[in-house]
Amino acid sequence: MERVLLKNIENPGSADIGQYLKNGGYQSLPKALAMEPKEILEEVKKAGLRGRGGAGFPVAMKWTFASADPKFPKYLLCNADEGEPGTFKDRPILEKNPHLLIEGMTISGHALKAEYGYIYLRGEYPAARHILETAIAQAYEKGFLGDDILGKGIRFHLAVHQGAGAYICGEETALIESLEGDKGQPRIKPPFPVNVGVFSKPTVVNNVETLSNLPYILEIGGEAYSKIGSPDCPGPKIYCVSGHVEKPGVYELPMGTNLRDIIYTHCGGVKGGRQLKAVIPGGISTPVLPPDKIDCPMDFVNMPKNGSMLGSGAVIVMDESVCLVKVCYRALRFFEHESCGKCTPCREGTGWLRKILERIENGQGGEGDIDLLLSVSGNMMGKTFCPLGDGAASVVQNFIKHFRPEFEEHVRTGTCTVRGRS
Amino acid sequence: MFSEDAIKELDIIRAKYPTARAALLPAIYVAQREFGWLSSDAYEAVADILGVPRAVARGVGTFYAMYKNAPAGRNVVQLCTNVSCMILGAEKLVDFLKNRYGLEPGGTTPDNRYSLVIMECIGACGTAPAMLVNDDFYENLTEKYIEEILEKYK
Repeated sequence: MERVLLKNIENPGSADIGQYLKNGGYQSLPKALAMEPKEILEEVKKAGLRGRGGAGFPVAMKWTFASADPKFPKYLLCNADEGEPGTFKDRPILEKNPHLLIEGMTISGHALKAEYGYIYLRGEYPAARHILETAIAQAYEKGFLGDDILGKGIRFHLAVHQGAGAYICGEETALIESLEGDKGQPRIKPPFPVNVGVFSKPTVVNNVETLSNLPYILEIGGEAYSKIGSPDCPGPKIYCVSGHVEKPGVYELPMGTNLRDIIYTHCGGVKGGRQLKAVIPGGISTPVLPPDKIDCPMDFVNMPKNGSMLGSGAVIVMDESVCLVKVCYRALRFFEHESCGKCTPCREGTGWLRKILERIENGQGGEGDIDLLLSVSGNMMGKTFCPLGDGAASVVQNFIKHFRPEFEEHVRTGTCTVRGRS
Repeated sequence: MFSEDAIKELDIIRAKYPTARAALLPAIYVAQREFGWLSSDAYEAVADILGVPRAVARGVGTFYAMYKNAPAGRNVVQLCTNVSCMILGAEKLVDFLKNRYGLEPGGTTPDNRYSLVIMECIGACGTAPAMLVNDDFYENLTEKYIEEILEKYK
């Protein structure tokens, strides 16, 4: 498949507007500006584009809700708060292909009749901030942003807003709070951001990768785009693979590429020919899979049927040398650190789970501890404003579901045989 | 008090948003750069220049992990130990920093040259283990490579 999102990134000058133009960039924008917003929406609907941030929500539906709201101005926010552990798929777009995102946002802005856009960039990407700000300045200079884009009387302004190290701000309502100058604590829904979002105005929040698909959809048309990859959630997808594989990295492949093929064909298999022990397919919040469950298309439809989720497409591969109790403990240390503190089940639950896992890992686990983990996580599930609490609970539940004997052995013997071996 | 340059910069930042409050996060970054860390005085300066309550400025500033709410060393080593980095040896690097430099997580060396912050995923999982030193990314870390890198930061 021809690369769309990661096109040209190995070229050292790819972030510059001159290179982007030379490679056919900013050719979909005039096409889009000649169309009515409704016509662009129709193309996106035909394309079947679904959000790449993790939830896989149909983009055209979100856009239709925001468009139908009579309030103005409307805002388009790009979620570049890429913080899900294991995920590094947006970073190459932000650092190497920023004009693709800017063109995508300008097209989307026109489709939504939004005049203002912000890129909410995570604080941990300082290099990307400078690259994006330079690219935005170049786009203004060439008339691709501003009050009168390409002389068509269409207005769209874009700025970067840098976060300051809070995973929770990847959740869209927390992101909005943070953009407004507040702590990143999620809001209750409804009202949904499409009606009451940032500055109380209709707001669409889309992921970097999602918005970067727009120029290509306009280039080849929604119909042709819908033929790429999985029929129910088509398009190119960036999979980012880390851990124990021969060739970790980012891979742009058709949506629905089989997880086994990603690991064994594209990434060259498990490092050093060792045994595969477990795979987290879509970032740390998604359910872990044992080796006999990896024969599955990586998309929003098939992964849930297989007991996990596509999430951000962040595949973490773990070989036989890894202690899964320790991985689970480290994951919960993360969730405890990142819980925003608003909902009690999440704020307290993540800490309790971490403490229990820590004592099991340290060889001080008690007989009832595994059931206690299941009880605490069961009581968190579905009882919080945002998915962070559910994510933390489901990590514990799924590690125990697939690897309970390893937890039991830690409790029984007070030692870790895996670590002893490595 | 902010310097004249910082005041100009804050004016530009404010113009990006429809409300002064929305400029709070970037303004705290400016204060951190101006004053080195976020003391009560720094928060007061931010609050006063934006016209937001002082408690709000401080409340927001202490929510986020990347704001320095205590004095730190001249160079901040931000090492990731989340899962992808951990399974590729990040913990050994934490031990190395402790043994070689006396640098503990959350601590600063006596000569004030380095501080160490443990990070929760910095988006460099494919090239793990990884860290940031101030604003610079370093990937595929080894003990030897860390020594070479840190030598550059005085």
